[in-house]
Amino acid sequence: MSKQGVEPDELSRPFWQAANANKLVIQNCQQCDRLQHPPLRKCTACGATEHLEWKPMSGRGQIYNYAVVHDGPIKSLHEDQPFNVAVITLEEDSGIQMYSHLPGTPVDEVPIHGNVEVIFQATDNGQKVPEWRVVD
Amino acid sequence: MATENAPASIYRAEQNLGLWEHRGKVAAVGIGHSPTARRWDGKAETCVGAMSILALRAAIEDSGVDPAKIDGLVIDPVTTTGAFWPKGKPLPLDVINQFNTTEQPLDGITQLSVEWLLKNMPELANVKFTMYGAGCMSRAICVAAQAVGDGQTHTCLVLKSWHNLEGRYYQGGAAGSNTISGTAAMRNLWGTPASFGTALQFAEYCRKYGKSHDMMAPFMENSRRNGLLFPEGYWAQHRPEVLTKEDYLAARWIAKPASLFDNDIPITVSGAYLYTTAERAKDLKQKPVYILNHAASVGRARGLTPTLDEVEEETARTAKKIYQGAGITAADLSFENMYDGFSLFHPFHLEGLGYRGIKFGEALDFYQTDISIEGPNPVSPSGGNIGSGRSRFWMHTDCIQQLQGRAGARQITGITPEIAVSGGPMPVGGNYTVWSATPD
Repeated sequence: MSKQGVEPDELSRPFWQAANANKLVIQNCQQCDRLQHPPLRKCTACGATEHLEWKPMSGRGQIYNYAVVHDGPIKSLHEDQPFNVAVITLEEDSGIQMYSHLPGTPVDEVPIHGNVEVIFQATDNGQKVPEWRVVD
Repeated sequence: MATENAPASIYRAEQNLGLWEHRGKVAAVGIGHSPTARRWDGKAETCVGAMSILALRAAIEDSGVDPAKIDGLVIDPVTTTGAFWPKGKPLPLDVINQFNTTEQPLDGITQLSVEWLLKNMPELANVKFTMYGAGCMSRAICVAAQAVGDGQTHTCLVLKSWHNLEGRYYQGGAAGSNTISGTAAMRNLWGTPASFGTALQFAEYCRKYGKSHDMMAPFMENSRRNGLLFPEGYWAQHRPEVLTKEDYLAARWIAKPASLFDNDIPITVSGAYLYTTAERAKDLKQKPVYILNHAASVGRARGLTPTLDEVEEETARTAKKIYQGAGITAADLSFENMYDGFSLFHPFHLEGLGYRGIKFGEALDFYQTDISIEGPNPVSPSGGNIGSGRSRFWMHTDCIQQLQGRAGARQITGITPEIAVSGGPMPVGGNYTVWSATPD
């Protein structure tokens, strides 16, 4: 699927740099040892603005939920409609969610609670993005 | 006089605040609407500024208040339905120049400032209090209620307006560009429409409680029916078409399980109310409708989208605030007008309220019973956004009209309208008002 290109900004740059190296990192507050995603300038739990690090993840997760997009707003994806968009929760913390098109999974045949592993796919400008694939 | 956004402290967002200190001391005394349109036709007389003036003047006339006595104006400055002025498109100078302008060239066309309104409504010469209640009418009326109660303004207009330009909903701007910024990409790169989050929650709801999308059909039929009885609304004015169960079930998907009809139709429209003190309201033209409380939901999802658990926790928390501040219980509600701007979250609002004693997982069964305006358990008598197009204020208008006994063909007959609740938009993140036919 043809995803829009991504232009990393200051806040998100480490996430995207890691993706280009086929690694998944998530922002973590060292003060309260809590992950948060998308990244913010402060920890939503303790309010700390310092001690925010990028923590490597295992790349394993589960499918929490999904819907099938038939009419979405992004032009470059229109020819791929309908497509799955699943909510993935991470093995390290089920409160962290990421979206996925679930490449390889037929439309509307998404195994809820199924296990997934991260893969990395290039967007239209070459920036890689974490995607997820169903595993046994 | 620079208008500022309402401070967070004005919204009653905390828990256990007790009875609202101004309970029954603020009243709605006037209603005004502009005509609706699917999209702006490019004419000066139908731009969002002109529609706003129409609505404000209609509210003033409805109340019978001398405009010179109005000293407050609260509006939402954001007017977009998701339509953006295209980059590089020439400014519509023929429209702009027909009004008194501000420094923002598209003021009155794709946005709205208090300054623009006051420059173009000379009759509002004595407005001293102005504030932005950005978000939607549900927020703006809470700001006005609190401001009147606090004595910051005595007689205050509240306005919400929408512009809708040509083109597909939310398909301009960032969605139409080749690249997207890094932080936004983490949420938006997957091409999800606005109803996606609600579709997720509804899917989870159906799995958890063993329900199905077709069980929404009676709610949808009821909403369109009520909307067609709402002469101010879009469907009544332009497309008086009944929505049947078959129509609903045959509709194409937008984000399955959210279909076309589960998404409200974006329109151009303005709505306005006049608020004043209960004391002043006594001898005005219209029967006053008293505000018993306003409350805010400021819950926040931890992940990208609220989970059903988060939704249920928040709607229950919000209901406590709504009831406690008003000094009522769910049993006191004559009817409800909770927001439905994606129809699939209306059940969450209803269950959080415990309307007619329903619990989590029971709203869809409740919809299979008599929820009509003639029955004992009216649901969304306004018809909401589903019944009249996206304004996010039909539910407030309806509460006022029902309690005044001037809802016309939509008037509830199965019960006596005494106390009602309306508000939204989202189950996690919204503002709510409790209305009453009497101040106590």
